[in-house]
Amino acid sequence: MSTLQDQIKQVIDTEPVVVFMKGTPDAPACGNSMRALQALWQAGAPITGVDVLPDPRIRQELSALSEWPTIPQVFVKGELIGGADITEELLASGELREKIDQALGDEHPQTVRTLVLAPD
Amino acid sequence: MALTTIRDLLAEAFPGGRVDVEDRTGGGDHFQVTVVSDAFNGLSLIQQHTLVNAALAGPLADGTIHELRIRTKGTA
Repeated sequence: MSTLQDQIKQVIDTEPVVVFMKGTPDAPACGNSMRALQALWQAGAPITGVDVLPDPRIRQELSALSEWPTIPQVFVKGELIGGADITEELLASGELREKIDQALGDEHPQTVRTLVLAPD
Repeated sequence: MALTTIRDLLAEAFPGGRVDVEDRTGGGDHFQVTVVSDAFNGLSLIQQHTLVNAALAGPLADGTIHELRIRTKGTA
């Protein structure tokens, strides 16, 4: 049985673009999570959303791992990009699209999915 | 009051910088902070925000800040 921190680490390492957020991409529960999603979508990113709300330990373990205190947190290919403010700033400057194209290639599909962590 | 605490913490962390703190909702726990400081020169956005988060680690951890929006700018 893998620990919750192992699960989070694996998601960060394997998902091309992952957002740890409040709510899900279908039903965001926080304005900042929504802002991060919209910026990523506009930059053409495929998005994997992980809801931190079902269990407070998800947020605790995530922040311990990333050393980033707030939600949302956006990772591209295992690298922490930042929260909603940085994601929006990088979209506006064109760097977000550049970073995503660089990480995933120009011809990546744009899908949105929700991934549920299972703390025991 | 939270706004004053946040402003003081940022002023202490970024001496000589310009610090602006706004209570976004009037509820005393959603804040927009803007910091212009030479401490940010040459740093990436994520490094800049990390410095701000570190300065506000206390109020972030104890729930004084429920939501934080950050805007940073170097002086170079």
